[in-house]
Amino acid sequence: MENTLKQLSIFIENKSGTLIKVLELFSKAKIQIIASTIADTQDYGIFRVLCSSPCEAYTILKEHGINVQLTDVLAIAIEDEPGHAALAISALSETGVNILYMYSFLWQGRGVLVMRTDESDKAMEVIEEKEMVLLGEDDFKI
Amino acid sequence: MKKILPDDNSPFFDEKMETMTRAEIEALQLERLQATVQHCMNSPFYRSRFEEIGLKPEDIKSLDDIRRIPFTTKQDLRDTYPFGMASVPLRECTRLHSSSGTTGTPTVILHTQKDLEEWAAQVARNLWMVGLRPDDVFQNSSGYGMFTGGLGFQYGAERLGMLTIPAAAGNSLRQIKFITDFGTTALHAVPSYVTRLYEVMQSAGIDPRRDTKLKVLAIGAEPHSEEQRRRIEDMMGVKAYNSFGMSEMCGPGVGFECQEQNGLHFWEDYYIVEIVDPETLEPVPDGEVGELVLTSLCREAMPLLRYRTRDLTRVLGRTCPCGRNHVRIDRMRGRSDDMMVLRGVNIFPIQIEKILMTFPELASNYLITLTTDEDNDNMTVEVELEELFTDDFRRLQGLTNRIQRALKDEILLTPHVKLLPKGTLPVSEGKAVRVVDKRTVYQ
Repeated sequence: MENTLKQLSIFIENKSGTLIKVLELFSKAKIQIIASTIADTQDYGIFRVLCSSPCEAYTILKEHGINVQLTDVLAIAIEDEPGHAALAISALSETGVNILYMYSFLWQGRGVLVMRTDESDKAMEVIEEKEMVLLGEDDFKI
Repeated sequence: MKKILPDDNSPFFDEKMETMTRAEIEALQLERLQATVQHCMNSPFYRSRFEEIGLKPEDIKSLDDIRRIPFTTKQDLRDTYPFGMASVPLRECTRLHSSSGTTGTPTVILHTQKDLEEWAAQVARNLWMVGLRPDDVFQNSSGYGMFTGGLGFQYGAERLGMLTIPAAAGNSLRQIKFITDFGTTALHAVPSYVTRLYEVMQSAGIDPRRDTKLKVLAIGAEPHSEEQRRRIEDMMGVKAYNSFGMSEMCGPGVGFECQEQNGLHFWEDYYIVEIVDPETLEPVPDGEVGELVLTSLCREAMPLLRYRTRDLTRVLGRTCPCGRNHVRIDRMRGRSDDMMVLRGVNIFPIQIEKILMTFPELASNYLITLTTDEDNDNMTVEVELEELFTDDFRRLQGLTNRIQRALKDEILLTPHVKLLPKGTLPVSEGKAVRVVDKRTVYQ
């Protein structure tokens, strides 16, 4: 899919020590993490990572027997001002697009909303219509 | 038909049989063993087995000669399914019980009318032994149907002349209503269910000591510790007696605790009891733990010789202050195979494995952990994800739910299913450890 970003979704046990094993693999391969988030249940968690070279990271994690998936996510750039996240989200929600998960961070002076939606085609339409700025892999080259 | 019952004041249901000396027991056992082996020649299975090793019924000259007879196993029952083990023509059989067959071929146990009457008499003997009389009201909260705990106790309690309520398992509020409305004095259930009944009584504001006439509980069919029994007794304010049975030997009635509560009397006029080392199959001395091996002495339809029960236990003694010299057997201490008994349900790890293998999302490693939580047995099944096929929690939870439902359909209880990343579970060298039993009963 054009204009989408590859995110790594890593399945980890909800137990101390499991995260560091994954982080050490990133560290050894000198892959920089741009943003990450962990969502958990009682038994397991999903560690979601945006990084400098997602395909390379995917291969390395796979080789080490880690449960990992490359997931397409949308990264919307917004002004780093109050109210801009609300603007972006309300445009999506008006068309009935649901957000499965979202996290945000600052990148080069702009806010970035990273999300996975239940209908990405529909979400793309809204983004184009409203002339929102979608970030791709090239925008995160370090 | 009026059955003759002893006087209410008699401590014995069948005084002659119950109070035999050891010498009398052994003489009777030899006589009955010889007759049983002779009778087994009518069974296609035993006839060919005896012919294979050149054993003739007249070779059994002493009780020790029982060791010349090969063991019978559950696999033999499966191999001869359904009727290959019978020692009488089917027209003489009046009842069939069967195991659920979840581990493959089911097993079938046949009964003649005489077998059923003897079985009822055994159960009646047990219930009389713990003080129950025809004035008592007996509620059987055990599963009915193919499970022998239902009809076995039903016929035995009726044989004793009690008003017998076939309440069957489940629906706790209805069970409690029966107990209070009908003046139930004795209840049979699996121990974890008694605990459950007590919880429901508590929330309904019913105090078993004040609001019921209960005085005796018969508990069995699932392993439980002495502490668990004492807790049940404290909760309900009654005596709880341990019951042992297995469908292969008829059902409940094979062994039962007397009022001393110091081991279960196994009825040696009905069975020969051996305890053997499960590896060498040699007998172990009294007091040492080994596998329980039983030979039925009175069964017509399907006598079994030297049947390996896979239950581990030991002989506690052969005398008792109660006046019965029938061997006292300790509560069951585990299994010599991998069968698990949870809340009265027999489960083999292979059943779990079979279900897990139908999920392509899962890797092949798994681990079953059994725990005790407030006297309830619980099972956790840990499984590994083969590939992360989604990063959507709802779909992962959906997978967990589907696994849980499929397991419940197979093993009849709902385990906790824990999804883990691949490679998390320990990989053992050699035979994989599939079951970790942390239940207090085995501590």
